[in-house]
Amino acid sequence: MNKNMERLYNGIIKENPVLILMLGMCPTLAVTSSAMNGLGMGLSTTAVLVFSNLLISAFRKIIPDGVRMPAFIVIVASLVTVVQFLMNAYTPSLTDSLGVYIPLIVVNCIILGRAESYASKNPVIPSIFDGIGMGLGFTVGLVLIGLVRELLGAGQIFGFQVLSLNWFTPITIFVMAPGAFLVLAFLVVGMNFVRAKMEAKGKPLAKPAGCLTGDCAGCGHAASCSGKAIAGNAGQTEKKTE
Amino acid sequence: MSDLYHVSSSPHVRSKDTTARIMLYVILALLPATLFGIYNFGYRALILILVTIASCVASEWIFDRIVHKKNTIGDLSAVVTGLLLALNLPSTLPWWEAVLGGVFAIIIVKCLFGGLGQNFMNPALGARCFLLIAFAADMTNFVTDTYTGATPLAAMRSGEAVNTMDMLIGRTAGTIGETSAIAILIGAIFLILMGVIDLKIPGSYIVTFVIFMLLFGGHGFDWTYITAQLCGGGLMLGAFFMATDYVTSPITPWGQILFGICCGILTGVFRCFGANAEGVSFAIILSNLLVPIIEKYTVPKAFGQIRGEKKQEGGK
Repeated sequence: MNKNMERLYNGIIKENPVLILMLGMCPTLAVTSSAMNGLGMGLSTTAVLVFSNLLISAFRKIIPDGVRMPAFIVIVASLVTVVQFLMNAYTPSLTDSLGVYIPLIVVNCIILGRAESYASKNPVIPSIFDGIGMGLGFTVGLVLIGLVRELLGAGQIFGFQVLSLNWFTPITIFVMAPGAFLVLAFLVVGMNFVRAKMEAKGKPLAKPAGCLTGDCAGCGHAASCSGKAIAGNAGQTEKKTE
Repeated sequence: MSDLYHVSSSPHVRSKDTTARIMLYVILALLPATLFGIYNFGYRALILILVTIASCVASEWIFDRIVHKKNTIGDLSAVVTGLLLALNLPSTLPWWEAVLGGVFAIIIVKCLFGGLGQNFMNPALGARCFLLIAFAADMTNFVTDTYTGATPLAAMRSGEAVNTMDMLIGRTAGTIGETSAIAILIGAIFLILMGVIDLKIPGSYIVTFVIFMLLFGGHGFDWTYITAQLCGGGLMLGAFFMATDYVTSPITPWGQILFGICCGILTGVFRCFGANAEGVSFAIILSNLLVPIIEKYTVPKAFGQIRGEKKQEGGK
């Protein structure tokens, strides 16, 4: 598997930001009351993530280490503004239903996390694929949660009534806040179950590195860490700081 | 060899109380309210009670099978949960919603947190609140063959007069088990006499609630109103059977009083200022969440310990 494909696989399955890394919980819990909202949120985040990874990776040699966070924020905020204006213009109804969560993409920890742990240490092309992979992983997680909540809470899938209201009483709790926590918990249980099964079969899905710094030397969990993908990054970090 | 010389580690004197025995007492204590509910609301109530209990017991059995744990349905706690949940449902609820409630109570509120003793929230009340949010219309539909009006609490809220005598006996609309204050009190007295519960939690709960209603109820010293508030809704059932749940109430004496005060204030706040006429179930599960903090700050003084002296801790 070449490196770009590895990044995609890593983002969607191995380190799925929603189901494994548990990042970006705020939009995950707040906007997934329907599959359409989840898809919209996921794709707009993906767009921002790809371009922020691209720009940050391109500028990684210019940005001084001491002010890298403000620099990342400026880049991400500019991109979010662009995305927000585009969505305002072309998908007004989606903008209405996502509301304040579009500007809040700026502080989505997936985006800053990827900038810090991957894009700022790796070349442009792998960074783009890392952005696509993580973004799609986020989208998949959100759409899954949205599908379940919409189906149970309203009997609909992407707005189409699939369970007739003649015999189906919508379980309204699922489109409200507690439903988001319940559905997320059960999806994580499912994911862990699959992972345990794979490990028992001897084909382990590598454990998530769960670290965002990539700095193995300064990390307290270095001894128990199995994140070999990050180990490569750590080597580059050292080179860079030398 | 006689028992006297039998060498074993402590404890040497064991209480005869087992979980199953205590749960059996609770079931017996709930019987008056249950029978009155069935008498009051007819065969639909009976079916709903049986379905809910069956759902709870089956959930526990299936969960234990799936996760390969020791089968725990023998301790009767699932039966108590099912019975309490059913007494908190209106008799008109569709049966499959009651089944869902039973599954939620046992699997999500109890078993996923480690089974009896580990749950942080009363399973029956957790499921009732789940159903209340999930099926708001069905859960507040109290119209039966016998009663077509609103519950006494809702009627009082809209300013109508209620018959306090009917509320004491239980000839009103409401959930299956909550209507008859007298039937619940008979069960509660039985539990207190058997030493299963004491008055700390229900006492402080009810006293706090009465004081709150005197201050904020808007009727002053109107004893008819206070009595109606006490007998209406799930307050009696909640105070004596739900708030006193061993697992989800504090273990320290002062903690229990504090817990009752929390329940009382929250119930008053929900009834006076909330969107619904009833608030007992939400008040109790919110107070359940405060229990770890309450326990932490109400540890009693150990024998011989000097006040203010730091407790010695081994190890750390």
